[in-house]
Amino acid sequence: MAETLLFNALREAIDEEMARDPSVFVLGEDVGHYGGSYKVTKDLYKKYGDLRLLDTPIAENSFTGMAVGAAMTGLRPIVEGMNMGFLLLAFNQISNNAGMLRYTSGGNFKIPLVIRGPGGVGRQLGAEHSQRLEAYFQAVPGLKIVACSTPYNAKGLLKAAIRDDNPVLFFEHVLLYNLKESLPEAEYVLPLDRAEVVRPGQDVTILTYSRMRHHVLQAVKTLEGRGFDPEVIDLISLKPLDWQTIGPSITKTHRVIVVEECMKTGGIGAEIVASINDNYFDQLDAPVLRLSSADIPTPYNGSLENLTIVQPLQIVEAVEKTVALQV
Amino acid sequence: MVQERTLPEYHSAATSLTRADGLRLYEDMVLGREFEDKCAEMYYRGRMFGFVHLYNGQEAVASGVIKALEPTDYVCSTYRDHVHALSAGVPAREVMAELFGKVTGCSKGRGGSMHLFSAQHHLLGGFAFVAEGIPVALGAAFQARYRQEAMGESGPMQVTACFFGDGACNNGQFFECLNMASLWRLPIIFVVENNKWAIGMAHERATSQPEIYQKAAAFGMPGVEVDGMNVVAVWDVAQTALQRARAGEGPTLIEALTYRFRGHSLADPDELRSKEEKEYWLPQDPIKQFAAYLLTHNLAQEAELAAIHQEIRARVEDAVAFAEESPEPDPRDLRRYIYAED
Repeated sequence: MAETLLFNALREAIDEEMARDPSVFVLGEDVGHYGGSYKVTKDLYKKYGDLRLLDTPIAENSFTGMAVGAAMTGLRPIVEGMNMGFLLLAFNQISNNAGMLRYTSGGNFKIPLVIRGPGGVGRQLGAEHSQRLEAYFQAVPGLKIVACSTPYNAKGLLKAAIRDDNPVLFFEHVLLYNLKESLPEAEYVLPLDRAEVVRPGQDVTILTYSRMRHHVLQAVKTLEGRGFDPEVIDLISLKPLDWQTIGPSITKTHRVIVVEECMKTGGIGAEIVASINDNYFDQLDAPVLRLSSADIPTPYNGSLENLTIVQPLQIVEAVEKTVALQV
Repeated sequence: MVQERTLPEYHSAATSLTRADGLRLYEDMVLGREFEDKCAEMYYRGRMFGFVHLYNGQEAVASGVIKALEPTDYVCSTYRDHVHALSAGVPAREVMAELFGKVTGCSKGRGGSMHLFSAQHHLLGGFAFVAEGIPVALGAAFQARYRQEAMGESGPMQVTACFFGDGACNNGQFFECLNMASLWRLPIIFVVENNKWAIGMAHERATSQPEIYQKAAAFGMPGVEVDGMNVVAVWDVAQTALQRARAGEGPTLIEALTYRFRGHSLADPDELRSKEEKEYWLPQDPIKQFAAYLLTHNLAQEAELAAIHQEIRARVEDAVAFAEESPEPDPRDLRRYIYAED
């Protein structure tokens, strides 16, 4: 076991997959000589050369479309969004080309493509650098959307994403790159489509992902001290959602709280609540609660920014409220 | 009417076009024309739906470029893609069946007129948003260079022919991709089919430099202007661009001056193009010009050309019959092809 920072876990995943498969390559802004804005590809160009760590001009829609073309013709590109928010500029290529093309072509082409990079609200980065694109992209057919949250799952999931034959949007969180964890020495790959039961419990199901997993776990410490026993599920796969894991948990606890960093309107939680309404309504002993970011552009001011995203205390209060409710 | 650009003069003395090539090109152009005329008929008879953009008048461009390619090369098209698909070798039956929405279509009835695809024939698609196919074509070209240099594969360099119109040349993806193609010396031929109109937007009203081929210079690549109504001229510039791409010397921008003989789509009332403009272009019909060329250069006899027309008409009729008789997609397969595993 070796202590590894999350950004290095990602780097190891890319390094291992590039060594294993010569059709895997990375492209994006500053992924080569600079090593990536969060050093996820640091020095890999020295090992694999400039063509496999392709520094692109700042032209998000064109280099993303180019990755789609390379994937259609047999390569396995990894696009790094220097900041995932920049990929709003490539929305068309991700939606029309990466997401829908396999279907529109009647199965003629497959698109083994990973689009990865830092998302989420950082520390006072301003609205444009604090986006949560997973919510915007969840409606696009054909995409898989994954959010990693620990060094262990970051490495195993990224390796799986690279091997997957579908376009995978792989969200890292700008504030999690320096998380540290001991990783297995032996190679491992994690399933892309499975949620992780982080803490089994009986009282309430908390569904979360990415950085909010850690806010939830902070809240859980307080809640344990107060005698609560929540079940925490890290969704991991935001599209498709892993109902095989989520469903039985709802049937067990009968209470659900979604904790997410995306905005409330049209968010991941909105989709979850709607699906629970469709399929698990009879199982519920309380209304499903959604703790989401405020529906505002993320403000620069630190205090306002903290008020924008969900804090552990709110999670504690939500659990106390929903568990107390008797229907 | 805006003063017409003078079509560049062409001297065929040096052409590499053989009699066999000539007959092949002629057949391909006639197929394109007959197929599109049949589409118009079928559309008005309610056999096909949606937006249908026909290629009449521009046949010399598709045939002159695509018929110069090898089967291992790639073709990338736009919403006006029927004839590019046919030239790339997608059978007329499969294209017609796609337009009828049948499961035997090249996109299994999921794509339609603007989304023709064939992995087998290296047709990267039918892209319906203006200019969005250019980056995809760039990716195929990158792949060719990558396979040789990063994966050590041998064999001739695959070339990608990327087609788009004058309207696309004011879009950022055009400039971004020209830059990257030249920067990385990618084996790609950018073929602009300048038919003067982006639906109702006249080219001169949309661009600060109407001579599109001149834009290549900004990226350090050759830009060539060609008479897009003359298939021999197109064939010749395609050969030069192909040799350059295959030798690893990088991209070429070809601006083919051409004209669509019908409206933008079958839904376009075509009210803005003047009578004078049409009278200038219609007599330059590329098929008639090429027939005259083949006859005067003793590359073909009247009877041979007539036989080609007859054979193509039969092939198009067969394509319609095939499309008519083909089954609809199975409703149980509605969600199939979303993911690679489906």
